[in-house]
Amino acid sequence: MNKHRIWALILILAGIGLTFFISSSLKPGARFPFKFGLDLVGGTELIYKADISKVEPGDISPAMETLREVIERRVNVFGVSEPLIQIEEAGLISGNKDHRLIVELPGIKDINEAIRLIGLTPLLEFRLETDGARELANNEGLNESTTIDDLFEETGLTGSLLKRATLQFDPNTGEPVVGLEFNDNGKDLFRTITTENTGKILAIILDGELIQTPVIREAITDGTAQISGSFTPEEARGVVRQLNYGALPLPIELVSTQTVGATLGEVALATAIRAGIIGFIILSIFMVLWYRLPGLISVVALVLYVIISVSLFLLIPVTLTAAGLAGFILSIGMAVDANVLIFERLKEEIRKGKDLVKASEEGFARAWLSIRDSNISSLITAVVLFWLGTSAVKGFALTLGVGVLVSMFSAITASRTFLFAIRPKTEGKLSGILFGTGFNKK
Amino acid sequence: MFIVTHRKIFFALSLLFVIGSFLSFQSVGLKLGTDFTGGTLLEISYNEERPSVEDIQNSLSLLSLGNYSIRPSGEKGIVMRSREITPDEKDLVLSHLSSGDLSSITEERFNSVGPVVGESLRRKSYFAVSIVILAIVLFITFAFRKVSETTLSSGSRGVPSWKYGFATILALAHDVIVPLGAYVIYGHFTGAEIDLLFITAILAILGYSVHDTIVVFDRVREHLRLNKEQNILESFEKTVGESVTQTMGRSINTSLTLFVVLISLYVVGSEATQHFSFILLIGVIAGTYSSIFIASPLLVTLEKLQKKAV
Repeated sequence: MNKHRIWALILILAGIGLTFFISSSLKPGARFPFKFGLDLVGGTELIYKADISKVEPGDISPAMETLREVIERRVNVFGVSEPLIQIEEAGLISGNKDHRLIVELPGIKDINEAIRLIGLTPLLEFRLETDGARELANNEGLNESTTIDDLFEETGLTGSLLKRATLQFDPNTGEPVVGLEFNDNGKDLFRTITTENTGKILAIILDGELIQTPVIREAITDGTAQISGSFTPEEARGVVRQLNYGALPLPIELVSTQTVGATLGEVALATAIRAGIIGFIILSIFMVLWYRLPGLISVVALVLYVIISVSLFLLIPVTLTAAGLAGFILSIGMAVDANVLIFERLKEEIRKGKDLVKASEEGFARAWLSIRDSNISSLITAVVLFWLGTSAVKGFALTLGVGVLVSMFSAITASRTFLFAIRPKTEGKLSGILFGTGFNKK
Repeated sequence: MFIVTHRKIFFALSLLFVIGSFLSFQSVGLKLGTDFTGGTLLEISYNEERPSVEDIQNSLSLLSLGNYSIRPSGEKGIVMRSREITPDEKDLVLSHLSSGDLSSITEERFNSVGPVVGESLRRKSYFAVSIVILAIVLFITFAFRKVSETTLSSGSRGVPSWKYGFATILALAHDVIVPLGAYVIYGHFTGAEIDLLFITAILAILGYSVHDTIVVFDRVREHLRLNKEQNILESFEKTVGESVTQTMGRSINTSLTLFVVLISLYVVGSEATQHFSFILLIGVIAGTYSSIFIASPLLVTLEKLQKKAV
C-alpha cells in the first residue's frame, strides 16, 4: 500500500465522518443547524436610517453600536428566533450616504407588528428651559399650541449617554425614584450643564413627553441624577426597564421594508436543491462518459467537495439564501473546471507520448498555474461582492468564495490523491481504455 | 490557427452583437427594478381563481397609488409595482386586492424601498462592477508580469503584461454589454427587471469570463517561457494561435458543464432563479466566446500595433 492509497482512505473516511456531521445537523436542536436567509424561510427585513445630525462624528460608531444592542434586546424580548441586526455605516466602504441599521426577523410576516415592536422604544432627553420659557409661563401664555420645543431647548444630553438606570427609594419619603448614572461623556456634559445653568430648569423628557421639571440647585459632578416623578413602584420599574433596554440613542427612520412569505421561500429552497441534484447527476454522467476513469475520480472528488463545503456552511456559519445556493451551484461548475483543465492536460501529455505516471504528474503540475490564477480572479469577484453587500448578495459571495477555496483542495489535492492511488503501474490495454478520452483514441 | 488568422471576422461579429445590444437599450430601454429606483413590489397569490387584471385595477382605482403596474405571475399570483407605499397603505391595498376579504389571498412578497436606499445601491453597484474590473486587470498585469521578457521572432520585445490586462478589459466589456442587451429583450417579454440579483449575475459573469481568459493566457505564458528556455523564435501570432487551439477542448467542455448546471437551474428554478440563470447562460456563452475569439486574438493585434509603432 503506497502513501497515496493511505491518504485516499483517510479522505474517504473524513468524507464519511462529515456526512454524519451534516446529517446530525438536520435534526432539531443540533449544535450547528442550517441557517437559511429570509428569502428561503420567510420573514421581514427592515432597514432604518439613523439620524446622526446631533452626534459628534467621533461618537457615531459607539452610538450605532448601542442602537444595535438596544434594538436587539427589544427584538429578543418579543421572542423572534434568531434575529439578525447589522449596522451599515456611511462612507466609501459601504457606499452609503447615511448610517443604517438592518433588522432581519425570520418568521415575522406582519410588518406592522414588527415595526411597532422596534419603534416603541423611547427616546430620553434632558432639556434646558429656553430664555423665554418663564415669561411664557408667567404670562399665562401657555396654550395648546405651545410645544416642548418652545419651552425647552436641547442640550445634547440624551439616553445615549446613560450608563444605567436603577430603581431606588427616597430615604426620606420612601417614594420610588429612578436613579440615573451617566457614562464618562455624559458625566462631563452633565457637569457642564449643571455648572453653567444653576437655578434653571432641566426638564426630563421621555419620547417627547415631559416627565419631570427639576431645578438645578448646584453643579453635579459625579454624573448621577434622580428622577422623582411621583411614580408608583410599578411605573418606576417600567421607566427603569425602558431606559436600560429601550432608550434609543439615535432617532431612526424606516427607509425600506421587505417581507417574504414562507411558501415562496420553501418553493425557492426546494427548486434550488432539485436543480443542484439534477445538475450534479447530468454533470457526473458527462464527466464519466468523456473522461472515463479520471472522470469517475473527479465525480468522487466533487462529492467530497459538496460535503466539505456544506460542512463549512454549517460551521462558519453561512446563512444560505436563494442567491447563495445559486452561487454554490455555480461553484460546482468552477470545481469541475479545475478537473477538466487537469484531465485535458493529462490527455495532451499522453498524446505527446509520455507514460501514464509521468503524464498524470505533468497534468496536475501544469494545470496548477492556470487554476491558481483563474481562481484568484474568482476570489477577487467574491470579495467585492461580499463588500457590495445586502444579505442576498453577501450570501452569493460567501458561498462562491468558500466554493472556490474548497474546490482548489478537492479538484487538485483530493482528485490527485485518488488518481495516484489507483493508477496502474504498467500500461496495458485496460489502462488505455480507462484513461482514454472521448473521441481521441490513443 | 484559424481563429487568430481570421480574427477580424470574429471581432466584427462581436461588434455586431455589441451594437445590437446598444440598439436594444435605445429602443426597449433599461428597466431598473425597485431595488435601484425605490418603490414597492408586492406579490400575492389568490387561493382560488385569480381575477382578471382589469378587475384588479378597478378595485384599486379608489386608491391614490399613482402609476402602478399589475402583472400576472405563475398560475394564481400577481406582481404589483408602484411608488413606495407604507406598511399601513399596504394593508389597504391588500384589502382592496381581496375585494374586502371576499377572495382569500396570500401575501408572498412585499418589498418597499425608499428612493435614498435605491440610489445608494445603484451607486454601489456601478462601483462594485468598476472595482471588480480594475482589480482583475491589476491582478492580470501582476500575474503575467514576466511575459514581456521574451523576444519574438520579429526581434521585437514581448507584449507587456498590461496589454494582456487591456485585452481582458475589452473582452469583459463585451461580456457585460451583450448579456445586458439580451436581458433587456428578455425582460421585454417576461417583465424581468434589472435588480440586485442581476448585478450579482453580471459580477459572476465577469469572474467566469476572466477565469476563462486566464486559462488561454496561461497557455500563451507557458509557450513564451518554453520558447525562451529552448531559444525558439516563433511569431507571436503562431504562439497565440496554438495556445487557443490547445485550450479549446477545455474551454468547450467547461462551458458545457456550466451550461448543464445552469440549464437545470433554469428549467426547475423559480421565476427569480430563472431570470438569474438566463443571464448567466448568456454570460457563459459570451464569456467563452470572448476569451477564445476576442481576448487572445486581440493580443496579436496589439502586438502588431506595437511593431508598427517601433
